[in-house]
Amino acid sequence: MNLTVYRAWSVIILLLAGFLGWSLYSAQVSPDSESQFKFGLDLVGGSHLVYEADTSAFASSTNRAQAAEAMAALRDVIETRTNLFGVSEPLVQVERASALANTDTPDRLIVELPGVTDLEEAVKMIGATPQLEFKLVAEVEGTSTEPVYEDTGLTGRYLKRARLEFSSTQGMQAGFANEPLVMVDFNAEGKELFAEITRNNVNRQLAIFLDGDLKSDPVIREAITGGTAVISGNFTAEEGRELVRNLNIGALPVPIELASTQTVGATLGKDILDKGVKAGVIGLGLVLAFMLIWYRVPGVVAALALIVYVIMMLSIFMYIPVTVTAAGIAGFLLSIGMAVDANVLIFERFKEELRNGASYEDAVQKGFKRAWAPIRDGNFTSLISAIILFWFGTSIVQGFALVFGLGILASMITAVLVTRTFLVALSGVADKSPSLLQGGFKK
Amino acid sequence: MFFVANRQTIFALIGFLALAAVGALGFWGLRFGIEFTGGTIVEVAYEERPDKEFLEERIQSASIEELGGFSLRASGDAGYILRTRDVSEAEYQALKGALAVPNAGFEEERRATVGPTIGEELRNKAFVAIGVVVLLIIFYVAFAFRNVRNDEDGEEDTTGVSSWTYGLVAIFVLIHDLLIPLGLFAFLGVFVGAEVDVLIVMALLTILGYSVNDTIVIFDRVRENLLKNREDRVEESFADTVGHSLSQTYARSINTSLTTLFVVGSLLVFGGSTTTYFALTLATGVLAGTYSSLALAAPLLVAVEERQRKKRESVSS
Repeated sequence: MNLTVYRAWSVIILLLAGFLGWSLYSAQVSPDSESQFKFGLDLVGGSHLVYEADTSAFASSTNRAQAAEAMAALRDVIETRTNLFGVSEPLVQVERASALANTDTPDRLIVELPGVTDLEEAVKMIGATPQLEFKLVAEVEGTSTEPVYEDTGLTGRYLKRARLEFSSTQGMQAGFANEPLVMVDFNAEGKELFAEITRNNVNRQLAIFLDGDLKSDPVIREAITGGTAVISGNFTAEEGRELVRNLNIGALPVPIELASTQTVGATLGKDILDKGVKAGVIGLGLVLAFMLIWYRVPGVVAALALIVYVIMMLSIFMYIPVTVTAAGIAGFLLSIGMAVDANVLIFERFKEELRNGASYEDAVQKGFKRAWAPIRDGNFTSLISAIILFWFGTSIVQGFALVFGLGILASMITAVLVTRTFLVALSGVADKSPSLLQGGFKK
Repeated sequence: MFFVANRQTIFALIGFLALAAVGALGFWGLRFGIEFTGGTIVEVAYEERPDKEFLEERIQSASIEELGGFSLRASGDAGYILRTRDVSEAEYQALKGALAVPNAGFEEERRATVGPTIGEELRNKAFVAIGVVVLLIIFYVAFAFRNVRNDEDGEEDTTGVSSWTYGLVAIFVLIHDLLIPLGLFAFLGVFVGAEVDVLIVMALLTILGYSVNDTIVIFDRVRENLLKNREDRVEESFADTVGHSLSQTYARSINTSLTTLFVVGSLLVFGGSTTTYFALTLATGVLAGTYSSLALAAPLLVAVEERQRKKRESVSS
């Protein structure tokens, strides 16, 4: 490639970086812009809950697929519940026990609720499992005051749909007017079961339990074949609505237990973010200053390459998007320090070649060629660390590993492509005034 | 080169530091965070810091069954960090009631509860992760340096050391680079209650990659100079080759460490409280990684070569 091509590319790179930088900036200053950084719970505040699911019912290996299905169903139920709770962008994900890990590690469900810091409320909402049961009141001999209930086998499992209605005055006894009624429609199986129970037990009381509490115990007048039961009494319209909602969401397909929780208040998160940004700006400033002072004009090239790198990474964060966490910011800062490494390696080689009497162009070419092996080997080992970190992965660690790994790749690209293009593009200038480019590299 | 010529003294110095770190680890041990041990941690802020004994009494009188030992440490401007066994939601509400001193401007800043199984699992995973990284790096270095001796002509090449030696020396140096920050943590754990949490393990894994990077750059120069000598048919002792390679690379090593320390340092000084120890671990690791690649890795190559050569000579004579 000739010089003109390198110069054209330099201009293109600078324009592109400028454009990206400008769009990042404008997205930040206008709060209603669509593209915004996505911040993790530790920076915006919120709750992170880990549930352990008891899938022991599917313990044998042939049932692993069934366990996966149950976990997916569980995820859906919990997600519906968090959505109803009014959390913006909740994250509910299944963490399957991996083949690598111990076989006795349970399947887990991870729930992230940004902005929710009232953990007690959140836990209650997620853990709510309405259990609907129909039981017959047994005819007890003697004068026992405690009624005894017989299981009928009819439960919320046979529920097709629940809906809320209000009793009308017509056809109802006075006093029940406008009372909220929860109508329970059974599925085909439930309909049959319900018909059978009512047919065989006319004149007995059928008690309806919700979460173990007796809701009502009406007397069966006749066989009910329509497949609809009515729950009445002891609730307000609001409670009725909630009951209908919970019944429709359904019971959890797998029992769950809270294994770990984490809550960060919004003020602490904001503080961490602000401080992280401040540390980043100062750190970047120091690195740029060092490169300019130590390497002079080539230092300008390195500084430009570093700025291109920072813009590139921030664009990746915003547009992919990558969730930014405190650890992610730390990883990014670290990668800024290390991104210069490739440039330093190249410049030190370049300096050596100049010292050995090579021309500017030769020194650039040889500097790159010789610096490539250590750049490749060094970054490869860092990449190994990043990949293992990602695998190690709780979500915090993965955020860091992803940023760090992307940073390594991006820094290699900027060092090898951007710095090189800039340096070659400058070679005409270097021939005219050699002292300018070699200012920092006294022979 | 200074480091190669004075390697005995330098080995003694580094050995002393490493021994001190091992001693601190053996004597005090590490304080692991709740992510690894299971438990509950709460950070609370007040407008004015209440008395520690007063708070401890309130926690005691919350009478939570089998609460056992707990630790209360001052944090931030006027806050506390409370660490207990893992408590249930109901028990936590009782604890919170005890912490919420009336009229003190109480605010719960963050809290976390980790069950014991998750903690144990994470701990095992951390060990495995570090082990896997170390193994992969040995293999990678041995692979990258596989042609360091020229055996292609069928004749055994005895210049320098074998490719495996480069890998093993790199790992030896790595272990040193991990020992120094770990030793520091044992020390800090006793005196300021610093805990080894997931962030610290992340920092350690990052140091693994960084340190080996630093070592590899020097080894790479040794490899290049060995090749050049072979081509130019220059007779040079291995110690001299390593010495030259070091003089050619130390500027880069120091410059890269400086730029990395700039960012890690500003994270340590200006960054939020959650990343303080993370930044400190990285800073220590970067420092240790730098001096160890210059003063330990390269001189070790020479020492191993010398020993192997003497052994060979005594066998052949």
